[in-house]
Amino acid sequence: MKQYLLSVAMIEGAPPRAPAETQRAYELVDELNAELQATGVWVFAGGLQPASSATVVRDEGGEVVVTDGPFTESKEQIGGFWIIEVDDLDAALAWAAKATRACGDAVEIRPFQENPEA
Amino acid sequence: MEERGHHVEEVFRHEYGRAVSVLVRAFGDIDLAEEGVQEAFVVAAERWPVDGLPPSPAGWIITTARRKILDRLRREASRDDRHAQAALLHERTEPEEAFAVQDDRLRLIFTCCHPALAPPTRVALTLRLVGGLTTGEIARAFVVPESTLAQRISRAKAKIRDAGIPYRVPSSAELPDRLRSVLSVVYLVFNEGYAATAGDRLAREDLTGEAIRLGRVLATLMPDEPEVLGLLALMLLIEARRIARADAAGELVPLPDQDRSLWDGALIAEGQAIVRWCLRRNTPGPYQIQAAINAVHSDASAADLTEWRQILALYDQLTTFDSSPVVTLNRAVALAEVEGADAALVSIRALPLDSYYLLHAVRADFLRRLGRAEDAVAAYDAALERTDNEAERAFLLRARGVAAGR
Repeated sequence: MKQYLLSVAMIEGAPPRAPAETQRAYELVDELNAELQATGVWVFAGGLQPASSATVVRDEGGEVVVTDGPFTESKEQIGGFWIIEVDDLDAALAWAAKATRACGDAVEIRPFQENPEA
Repeated sequence: MEERGHHVEEVFRHEYGRAVSVLVRAFGDIDLAEEGVQEAFVVAAERWPVDGLPPSPAGWIITTARRKILDRLRREASRDDRHAQAALLHERTEPEEAFAVQDDRLRLIFTCCHPALAPPTRVALTLRLVGGLTTGEIARAFVVPESTLAQRISRAKAKIRDAGIPYRVPSSAELPDRLRSVLSVVYLVFNEGYAATAGDRLAREDLTGEAIRLGRVLATLMPDEPEVLGLLALMLLIEARRIARADAAGELVPLPDQDRSLWDGALIAEGQAIVRWCLRRNTPGPYQIQAAINAVHSDASAADLTEWRQILALYDQLTTFDSSPVVTLNRAVALAEVEGADAALVSIRALPLDSYYLLHAVRADFLRRLGRAEDAVAAYDAALERTDNEAERAFLLRARGVAAGR
C-alpha cells in the first residue's frame, strides 16, 4: 500500500462561486469523504483557509525569523487536501477523478516517501 | 564471426523488450531488469560466437539475466531493500517456466504509455524499453541531445517507481482510454518517421519500421481489438507508398502524381486484408476508418480511377469520431473531387489552422483549380512561410510556379 497526497488547487483572486455552487461542492465532498472512510482508503483530510492567512517561520543561522504570507508568490495555492492509502497510482487517479468532480477544482496527486516500517 | 556478432545484435533488438518485461514482473524494478538484460547480452556477445546460438536465444537471455540479478540481490541482501527481499522470496516459490511472457510485454507497454507520463516521455520510454532502441538512436531520431533524452527516460523510470505507476494491463473499464494512449504513441512514432520534418533521414525511416513492429506486437497481443488492427493496417498501407513518395532528387511526390507501380504490393495486400477483417467485425473506430480510406486509394491503379465518393463517405464517418480541423481539411480534398473546388473551399473557410502549412497549400490548390491564379500564388506564399522542410518547400515552390503560369 502507498500513501498519496491529493491536494486541491485554489486560485488566489479567482471570482467567487455562487453560494448554491459552493453548497453543492460541500455536499459532494462530504459524500466522497464518507465513501473514502467506508472503503478504508481515508487517512486524513482537511480544507485550508486562504494562503493570505499563512505565516512562514524560518531558521536563519540560529535566529528564527517569522514572516507574513505563504512560501511562494504563486497564484495557485493549496486550498485543501486528502491523504489516502491505496495500492498504486491507478487507484489514486481514480479517487482523484472523484475528488476533482466533487470539489470542482484541479487536484494534484503526489506520492509520500515510503515508511521504512511499511 | 561477423555473422554471429550480427546474431547477438538482432536478438538484442527483437528480444530486449520481451526479456525486460519478464524481469520487471519478476523483480518489480525496471532499472534492475534492464541492467540484468544488458549484462546477459554482454555474456552472449562473448559466448555465442564460440558456443554457437542457443536453441532459444530469448530464453537463454532471460535465464542468464535472472541469474545475474539474483547474484546481485544476494550480494546486496544486507541492504534494507524490500524489493530485493521480496524478489528472493518470490524466486524460491515460482518455477521459471511459468513466465506469461505475452502478458508481461503488454504490461510493460501500458506502463510506458501511462497517462501520468508526458506524451514525449511515453514515446521515448516505449522505444527504449519495448523497442530496445538505444538512447542514442532515439535522440538522433527525435533530434534532441542524447543527454536530454537519457535524462527524460531516467526521470520517467523514477516517476514510475516513486509514484507507484502499476505494471499491469488496465481493467476493462480503463482499457479504452489507456489503449488510445498506447495507439497514439505508436502512431506518433510512425508519423515522426514518415513526416521527417527534420533530422537524420535514415534514423527516421527506422522509426516507421519500428512503429510497424510495435503495431505487429500489439496485434499479436490484442488480436480482438479492432482499433489495434486498424492502426496496423493504416501504417502498412501508408508505408507501402514510401518509395513512390520521393522522386530521384528527394522531392515530395503527392499522391495523385505518384508512380503507382512503385507501391509495395505485399504491404498493400496485407493492409487491405486487415481492413476487410475490420469491416466484417463492424465496430468502426478512427484508425480503422483511416485505414479504409488508404485502402480505397491503394485500390486505384491510376489517380483518376480513385473512388472519391467512397473516400468522402469514409471521411464523413471519421468526422463522427474526430471532428478536429485536420480531419475537415483532409475531407475537403475528397470533397473537391466529388463536388468541386468551390464547395471544398467553402468547407475549409473557418478552420483554425492558420499556422499549418497544409491548410494554405490545400487552399492554394483549390484556388488554382478555380482559375484564381493570383489568390493561389498568395496562398502558396502563405504555405511557404510556414514550413522549413526542404522537400515540402521544393514541392510548394514548384506548385506555385504552375499556379502562376510559369
